[in-house]
Amino acid sequence: MKPLFVYWVVETRPHPWIPGSTEESLKKMLDVIGVKSITELFNDIPREVLLGEDEWNRLEIGVGRPLSEIEAKEIVDEKLAKNRVFNPPPFMGGGVYPHYVPPIVKYIISRGEFLTAYTPYQAEISQGLMQAIFEYQSMMAELLEMDIVNASMYDWSSSIAEAVLMAFRVRKGRRKILLPANMNPLHKRVVETYVKPHGLKLETIPYDRELGTVDVEALKSMIDNDTAAVYIQYPNFFGIVEDKAKAIGEIAHEKQALFITGVYPVALGILKPPGELDADIAVGEGQSLGLGMNYGGPHLGIFAIKYDMNLVRQMPGRIIGLTTTIDGGDKAFAMVWQAREQHIRREKATSNICTNEALMAVAAAVYMALLGRTGFRRLAELIYYRAHYAASRISEIGLRRVFKAEFFNEFPISFNEAGVKYSVIHEKLLEHGLHGGLYIGGYYPELGETALYAFTELHSVKAIDRLIEVLGKVIREVGR
Amino acid sequence: MNRFRQARNWEPLIFELGSKGRIGFLVPEPEDAAKKRVGSIDIPPEMKRTRDPELPELSEVEVVRHFTNLSQAAYGVDNGPVPLGSCTMKYNPRIAWEIAGDPRIVNLHPLQDERTVQGLLEILYELQKWLANITGMDTCILHPAAGAHGELAGVLTIRRYHEVKNQLDKKTDIIIPDSAHGTNPASAAMAGFRVIEIPSAEDGNIDMEALKSVVGESTAGLMITNPSTLGLFEEHILEIAELLHKHDAIIYYDGANLNGIMGYARPGDMGFDIAHLNIHKTFGAPHGGGGPGAGPICIKDRVVDSEKNIMLSDLAPGYRVVYDESTGLYRVKGPGEYSTGLLKAFFGNITPLIWGYVYILSMGPQGLRRVTEHAVLITNYFMKLMENVKGYNIPYGRGRFRKHEVVLSAQPMTDEVGVTAEDVAKGLLDAGFYAPTIYFPLIVKEALMTEFTETETPENVEKYAERLKEISKIAYSNPSEPKTWPRNTSVGRVDVLKANHPKHVTPTWRVHVRRMRGEIQ
Repeated sequence: MKPLFVYWVVETRPHPWIPGSTEESLKKMLDVIGVKSITELFNDIPREVLLGEDEWNRLEIGVGRPLSEIEAKEIVDEKLAKNRVFNPPPFMGGGVYPHYVPPIVKYIISRGEFLTAYTPYQAEISQGLMQAIFEYQSMMAELLEMDIVNASMYDWSSSIAEAVLMAFRVRKGRRKILLPANMNPLHKRVVETYVKPHGLKLETIPYDRELGTVDVEALKSMIDNDTAAVYIQYPNFFGIVEDKAKAIGEIAHEKQALFITGVYPVALGILKPPGELDADIAVGEGQSLGLGMNYGGPHLGIFAIKYDMNLVRQMPGRIIGLTTTIDGGDKAFAMVWQAREQHIRREKATSNICTNEALMAVAAAVYMALLGRTGFRRLAELIYYRAHYAASRISEIGLRRVFKAEFFNEFPISFNEAGVKYSVIHEKLLEHGLHGGLYIGGYYPELGETALYAFTELHSVKAIDRLIEVLGKVIREVGR
Repeated sequence: MNRFRQARNWEPLIFELGSKGRIGFLVPEPEDAAKKRVGSIDIPPEMKRTRDPELPELSEVEVVRHFTNLSQAAYGVDNGPVPLGSCTMKYNPRIAWEIAGDPRIVNLHPLQDERTVQGLLEILYELQKWLANITGMDTCILHPAAGAHGELAGVLTIRRYHEVKNQLDKKTDIIIPDSAHGTNPASAAMAGFRVIEIPSAEDGNIDMEALKSVVGESTAGLMITNPSTLGLFEEHILEIAELLHKHDAIIYYDGANLNGIMGYARPGDMGFDIAHLNIHKTFGAPHGGGGPGAGPICIKDRVVDSEKNIMLSDLAPGYRVVYDESTGLYRVKGPGEYSTGLLKAFFGNITPLIWGYVYILSMGPQGLRRVTEHAVLITNYFMKLMENVKGYNIPYGRGRFRKHEVVLSAQPMTDEVGVTAEDVAKGLLDAGFYAPTIYFPLIVKEALMTEFTETETPENVEKYAERLKEISKIAYSNPSEPKTWPRNTSVGRVDVLKANHPKHVTPTWRVHVRRMRGEIQ
């Protein structure tokens, strides 16, 4: 956008977001302070760095002048028209999924008492917010069957990174973490970033090329007394249910390493929860619980542990606990175990996290309350049927799933046999108004022309039929 | 005093509501075609969930009522003043919430084809540029999800800088003033640095002698906020920058307090190399009860390695939007060869970023400068109203104007009659005001760190000051009364000791149930 550099505007109209900007208020305050103009209040700024009004107003900031709400909205609308919204939504997952968001979720988090509140440092006036976060922690604990859940981390990847750093503190002296090759490759990059300054080792457990699962034999040969933790993701990046998850946990525990699991919470409607697999730490992405994909954020980093004081003391993030008032008359909520946190412990804190994703946690609480005890199973079953329907249908058009093991809602499709680059397929799908899966040949060169396709409750059988029809047509046209 | 009374917190826990078999959301039945073709659900028995999660069972209306009632026992800027110092709790213009909730943003997958998200990328590209101009920096990266996340991005960049220059083994220290936010030392430690703390001088500036005595060979960087948490502009900033640069250290700007100088001075002009901003403070995005935030970092670029042509901004983590002249397309560039990497999986926290975009677009340069002018004006107005009030004093920087915030101390009252900053805070709650940040900065005893921001009305500031005077009066006439506050909030004073007692601590309903069953001691 071209800013109006030609002139700059002197703005004297009272502004709706600045109540003191009327002539009367301004004069009253200046008189009380005893200065003639506001600029006197900036006299302590060294002349060398003090910006002139003219100089500042000529900078390219916005369109160079204040806008009314109506004008601003018009400008943004024009830009947003350049985004393309797909219906059905992209057949794309990889840690973030197009899910239905019930309008109630947005309605509740739009309430100003939640939306415009700060972290509840003054407990007595913030009880409703604290209860909502406590209920998020509590419902998440039931879904995961873990005991303690914090008020949120930034996203799944930063939860894993913090879990890994925590494992090094809990298993002090050990210097190695085992991460599977079939975890989300972007998550792995985040873990690498967090771990690097501490000179610790990350080693990759290979996956079984036929099944797509963690190579358990390889894990056995890699794990040793220097291993602080073993992480697995289920469903893994290839969408596969890790049927040996429990055994992997046992292998970790035999060497006194922590067992960390990463989950896609919607899958827990039909998959065993981390608690039942005896995970020490469970992490995951709460985006699927009533949040939009939002081009990558805000999402919701899930972080949970089992009840063990050795873990509690090293846990990152804020936690709300149930208590009473001092007179014992009312139930009440307070922040607990704050001595772990940065505002108390400074450089000795378990993490630097302060602002988290609290509002997203409230959204997830509303979502979990709506689905309730049976809703997750019903939703997971629906998604399972849809994805398996799609998996069955792709064989009709000469495509195949890359891996043989059982999956939940996404799977890589190989286009190698069709002899066509995935980018060509992707282009043709776009022409037909569809956005296909995620190309993963870059992350896994050994898989060649392969794309990860995901299905949710927003991909009806009708939508899947259309995808298959178009894919089939494209393969006939451009395949060999 | 305001006749304030918050809704009682009578709402039961959600686990105590509802009834067996109720559901708040109807999941569609799988289509017959799918069921027929797929048959039964075939999860390996080792991984099949055998019991449904112990979640409550509520109808839709019960869920709505529950959370609506909870909201009434919460308090935000929409309810009244929230003058938490260094938190910049300004009004959050709703036009931005409406735009951020547009399905053309909400429904975008982060790995979607770039050509299908050009509108959003154009917005983010412009935001990068505007923030660079506001801060006087060259490059801004929107990746970090919060202020502390931005700090981590910044200190990791400092680390990488010394690594690339092959001097990391001796560059071990980050210097931080004792008035800094707790996140600063915590972030420095997360990046593997040793933290060296330096004191503040009586005038509120950094103690230059103390600084000179610690800067040296081992100094990797300095993290400061300007204005400081005392609300005072750091007058020696240029001298500090020169001193640090002489020792090849990086100066980091904590942008939490940018609302005090925006349009008057820029970190980039003061000699800072890296800065983070808090979109959820300075640029009108809400705090959401603790998040989401957005903490972009901005970098004053310079050559780090002329042979390999590495710039300082090449070392920063995250994604950035670039404009490709040849195709006319905006593209997302991931971390390059020399970058620190990624701090979260995807681009950034889009909702607050959009909020910041709409805010800056609406304000323009004139509006932003005016924001700062009025933020500073109202702070000094409040300080004037609180001068010479019995029971309080205003430590540091005597005779100096404040910027975005002012720190009062209730120490006289505490020393004389035992009424503490916490008691004062509870007395404010009873009048329907949120309290200032208390017991921070750590260098002020019984601190009441107060930041109204430009969006507060002068009338409310007057009432706030009146209430503080009234509290003082009560404290001196009946010092035991403040210990019974608050009375008008949804509950009385909360038992924090019990909340943390090993026999009582209850972080989830599950722990409560397990403790009842005797499974947890």
